[in-house]
Amino acid sequence: MPLSTLPDAEAQCVALAGLIRPKLQPDAVLVGIHSGGVWVARRLKELLGLQAEIGLVDVSFYRDDFGEKGLHPQVKPTSIPFEMEGRPLLLVDDVLYTGRTTRAAINELFDYGRPASVRLAVLADRGGRELPIYAEFCAWQLELADSQELVLEPDAAGRLQWRCVDHA
Amino acid sequence: MPNPQLNANGELNHLLAIDGLPREVLVHILDTASSFLEVSDRDVKKVPLLRGKSVFNLFFENSTRTRTTFEIAAKRLSADVINLDVGRSSTAKGETLLDTIDNLVSMHADMFVVRHASSGAPYLIAEHLRRIGREDVHVVNAGDGRHAHPTQGLLDMYTIRHFKQDFSRLKVAIVGDILHSRVARSDIHALATLGAGEVRAVGPQTLLPSAIGRMGVRVFNDLREGIRDCDVVIMLRLQNERMSGALLPSAGEYFKCYGLTPEILSLAKPEAIVMHPGPMNRGVEIDSEVADGPQAVILSQVTFGIAVRMAVMSILAGN
Repeated sequence: MPLSTLPDAEAQCVALAGLIRPKLQPDAVLVGIHSGGVWVARRLKELLGLQAEIGLVDVSFYRDDFGEKGLHPQVKPTSIPFEMEGRPLLLVDDVLYTGRTTRAAINELFDYGRPASVRLAVLADRGGRELPIYAEFCAWQLELADSQELVLEPDAAGRLQWRCVDHA
Repeated sequence: MPNPQLNANGELNHLLAIDGLPREVLVHILDTASSFLEVSDRDVKKVPLLRGKSVFNLFFENSTRTRTTFEIAAKRLSADVINLDVGRSSTAKGETLLDTIDNLVSMHADMFVVRHASSGAPYLIAEHLRRIGREDVHVVNAGDGRHAHPTQGLLDMYTIRHFKQDFSRLKVAIVGDILHSRVARSDIHALATLGAGEVRAVGPQTLLPSAIGRMGVRVFNDLREGIRDCDVVIMLRLQNERMSGALLPSAGEYFKCYGLTPEILSLAKPEAIVMHPGPMNRGVEIDSEVADGPQAVILSQVTFGIAVRMAVMSILAGN
């Protein structure tokens, strides 16, 4: 998919916030999955006017492919700067694909306490699920071949943008 | 000869010594450790990385702290830990080291954490595993003879980096019984690899190895001179058993010349940190006022040691 046809990720953040707003519980907290999900969660916090600091999870210690791939060379510490017990939690990621990252993130979060609920918000859902996982909030649905990878990254000015890489 | 610690892809397969490890490998371990530090603060102090793996603690020589921290680290990674009191069981009955290893490999061991009084024992095990085609089983050296104690070296580097950030401008003094200290050797190699500004070996001539100058350190026999202007002071335990070898007159005499008192510490930089691998001999190498003072980071070393050992074990298991 050429860059010119990829949608504007910043506009998608606004659209995603619009989807979440009507269903937002008052004491909800955001948790972004490192690294793309953290950028999206920061946008959502601002757009939704949430006070609580966002949480960050790096699922490297919970991945199910550790046996084959080993430890990711740049693990970031997980940080949950709020009491999770009994809070409604909105888990945020940039791209939803197999669902394995989401599974790992939910497992990790439960080691911090028992949230009242966990809902999933993603900027893009590219299909190809390998687990029964579903994003309640999603700004963009598309189909990609297995060889393609959708990458979210900030440009020099800090604006989020999409890049599509073909590993074929 | 290729480095026996690295696999064909240049990744860490065993941790036997700091000597010969590239800087990137050391930095990777330290960076990974900083992510593991947070795991010990959680409600559930566990991550599932080593779930289903069997880690065997093989301590042919006594140790409480090192064995315990390895055990805690493995358990926080969800591994199954088996502590073997080998000194008192099979070895005492005459079984050779490699026969013990073969038996444990047949029990499906995934990792050995080895402490041994003989320098080189962990190398022997790693080499044996290679010969029998079992490089999927990993070896961590938890201290061998006078040779190396790489995880202590790494946790010392973690501690220094935590409090001082950049190594390049640091003056680091290692004080005491360097002759018998595997910690000193691992620290000196690690500091050299990470580019420490200046490393000093401070101690009486009888407790300094004769060729210490070749390790790239400055040698001091006078504690005051050795400590002056330092950023980091690493005190070593004076092993009481050395006293009998006529290397030292007495513990009291040693304290008078080489004990770290507040007055002597004041010669170092005001923000200098004091480290000790433990167990401490208060009143022999270190004054209680220093050990309990604001510059001592000895208990932080213990906490960091768990995160560093978690990092080492998970990196090995993933390679």
